[in-house]
Amino acid sequence: MEKVLMKGNEIIGEAAIRSGCKLFFGYPITPSTEVIEYLSKHFPQHGGTVLQAEDEIGAIYMCYGAACTGTRVMTASSSPGISLKQEGISYSAAVELPMVIVNVNRCGPGLGGLGPAQSDYFQSTKGGGHGDYRVIVLAPSKAQELYDFTMEAFDIADKYRNPVLILSDGFLGQTMEPVILKDRPQVPEFDKSWVIGGCKDREKRVLASYSLTNEIGEANNLRWEEKYKEIQEKEQRWEEFFTEDAEYLLVSYGTTGRICKSTVINARKKGIKLGLIRPITLWPFPDKAFVPYKDKVKGVVTVELNTGQMIEDVKLAVECKMPVHLYRRQGGMLPTENEILSYVKDTFGLSEAEEV
Amino acid sequence: MNKVFSRTKGLTDVPFSFCPGCTHGIIMRLIAEVLEELNIIEDTIGISPVGCAGFSQDFFSCDFVGAAHGRAQAVGIGVKRALPDKVVFTYQGDGDIAAIGTQHAIHTAARGEKITSIMVNNAIFGMTGGQMAPTTLEGMKTSTSPYGRNIAVNGYPIDLPRIVANLEGAAYVASVSVDSPKNIIQAKKAIKKAFQVQLAGLGFAFVSVLSTCPTNWGMTPSDSLKWLRENMMPVYQMGELKVTEEAKSL
Repeated sequence: MEKVLMKGNEIIGEAAIRSGCKLFFGYPITPSTEVIEYLSKHFPQHGGTVLQAEDEIGAIYMCYGAACTGTRVMTASSSPGISLKQEGISYSAAVELPMVIVNVNRCGPGLGGLGPAQSDYFQSTKGGGHGDYRVIVLAPSKAQELYDFTMEAFDIADKYRNPVLILSDGFLGQTMEPVILKDRPQVPEFDKSWVIGGCKDREKRVLASYSLTNEIGEANNLRWEEKYKEIQEKEQRWEEFFTEDAEYLLVSYGTTGRICKSTVINARKKGIKLGLIRPITLWPFPDKAFVPYKDKVKGVVTVELNTGQMIEDVKLAVECKMPVHLYRRQGGMLPTENEILSYVKDTFGLSEAEEV
Repeated sequence: MNKVFSRTKGLTDVPFSFCPGCTHGIIMRLIAEVLEELNIIEDTIGISPVGCAGFSQDFFSCDFVGAAHGRAQAVGIGVKRALPDKVVFTYQGDGDIAAIGTQHAIHTAARGEKITSIMVNNAIFGMTGGQMAPTTLEGMKTSTSPYGRNIAVNGYPIDLPRIVANLEGAAYVASVSVDSPKNIIQAKKAIKKAFQVQLAGLGFAFVSVLSTCPTNWGMTPSDSLKWLRENMMPVYQMGELKVTEEAKSL
C-alpha cells in the first residue's frame, strides 16, 4: 500500500479509479475542478472515460443513463453546479440508481466565493431537489477519509440502489496531505437484475419514475420510505472524541469537525470537560450518537460554516434537553480552535483551571 | 393463405393511447419496423422523454429508460458510453428537444455521439394541452399565444434539423413527414438510415418527423394533415439535410 502526498480533489479521483468506476461525467467548477482534471489524465489508462458535458444538467443525466446499465459512475461539482444537478439527483433517487456525486462545497448563496463552506447542508441532507427523497451523505474531514469514503460510497450506492453524496469543501479539496492508497476491500456481489442493456432472453425492462396513478405513486413513496428507514437504522456513522466524561459537547463535521478536535484537546488542558461528536453520515444523521449523552451533558455547541443548519438535527437528536448553541463562520472563513473554545467558555460561563 | 400484414415485433401489444388522428402511432410503428428489420430489438435501448412521446416506453418491445423533460439525449449518451455495442435512440417531441433540451441537441450533434434521435414535431406542446412550442408557426393560435404567435413578442419558430445539420459530428440529418403513404415510405427510409448510421458508428443521426395534433390544433384528422402540408412544410426544410459520404455508402 503506497503512501503518497496528494491534493484532496485528486484523492477522490484516484479512489474512484480504484473502486471500479468506469465513467465520469462532469463540468469544471472551482474548487472541484481537480477531480475532472485528475481523471481526464489518469482514467483512460484504467479503461475509464471522462466526458466533459455541455453543462451540469447534462452531466448528471449522463450519470443517470450510465447508472441504468449498472456501470459505476461518478460526477463532481461545487455548490452552484450541484444546484443545477438537483433535478437529475431527484430522478436518480426515484429510479433508485447507484451513483457517486461529489460536492466540494464553496460559500454562497448565488455565485458566492471559492472558500470552504457547509452552506449546502440542508440541500444535501433534506433531499435537495423536488419530491420526497434522500441521498446518503458522507462527510470526510481529512485526506484519508476522502479516499476511504469515496471507495465506500460506490459500495453503499450499489447496496441500497441510491445516490451517495460525498460532501467535501473548498478546504479539503485544495489541501495536500499524505494518504494511504489502500486496495479495494472485498465486497459482496450486488444484485444487478434490474439493469437495462438489451432484452435478449428476458422480458423488456423499463427504468422510469413516471406514474399517473395516485395509488401507484403512494406505493412507490412507501417503498422508498421503507428503504430510507432501513438506511437510517443501519448506516448512521460518527466519530466520538473525549465524549465519555464530557460535560459539554461540540458537534461538527468535515473541516470544522477536524478543527474542533484541537479545541477539545486545548479545553482538556485547561480542565474543561469538552468532547466532540463528529457526524460522518449527515444523512442518515447519527441520532444514535447522542443517546448516551442526552441526559448527561450540560450544553452543546454546533460548529458550522453556515447560519446554523445542522443545529436543527442536533436539537432533534438531543430532544432539546439541554441548551444547543451555534458557533459559525461564513463566506469562506474558517474558525480557529481557540475562538471556538472562547465561545464555549463565554456561552457556558466556564473558567479555566490551571494547565493540566 | 399468406399473411401480408401483421403487427411488428418491435411493438408490444399495449394499445396506443393517442388521440384520434395523431401521427405518433405511425411514427412509432415505423421505428419499430426498422428495429425488427435490422434485427436489433434485443440490442436496443430507447429513451423516452416527457410529453406524449413519453408513452413510447410502454409501446416499444425493447428496453427503455424514462428521462426528465429535455434530457433524453443526455441519458442516452450515458447509456451508450456505458454500452457502446448497443443501439440507443431517443424519441422526443419538439417541445422536449428544441426548447428545454436544446443544449443537449446541439452538443450531442457536436460531439458526434453515436446515438439516433427522432424528433416528433407537431408545432405545439401536446400533453400539457396545446401551449406554444419553439416550433409553433407565426400567427398560430395556442393556449399561450391565444392571439396567434406574435413574432415581435415570441420570435420565430426554430428549425432544429437545419441547425444540427451544420454541426460536424452529425452524420445524418433528415426532415420527413407522415402525412401521406408516399411520405410515410420516405420517412421510414430516413429512420432506417438513422439507425444504420449508428450501427456503422458514423456519428449522430437525427430525424425530424412532422406530425399532427388534431386535438390541440382544433381540427379534424384530415384537416390536420392538410394544414401540416400547407403550413408546416413550407416553413421547415424537408428532405435529407445532411448525409456524409460514409453515410451515403451505407
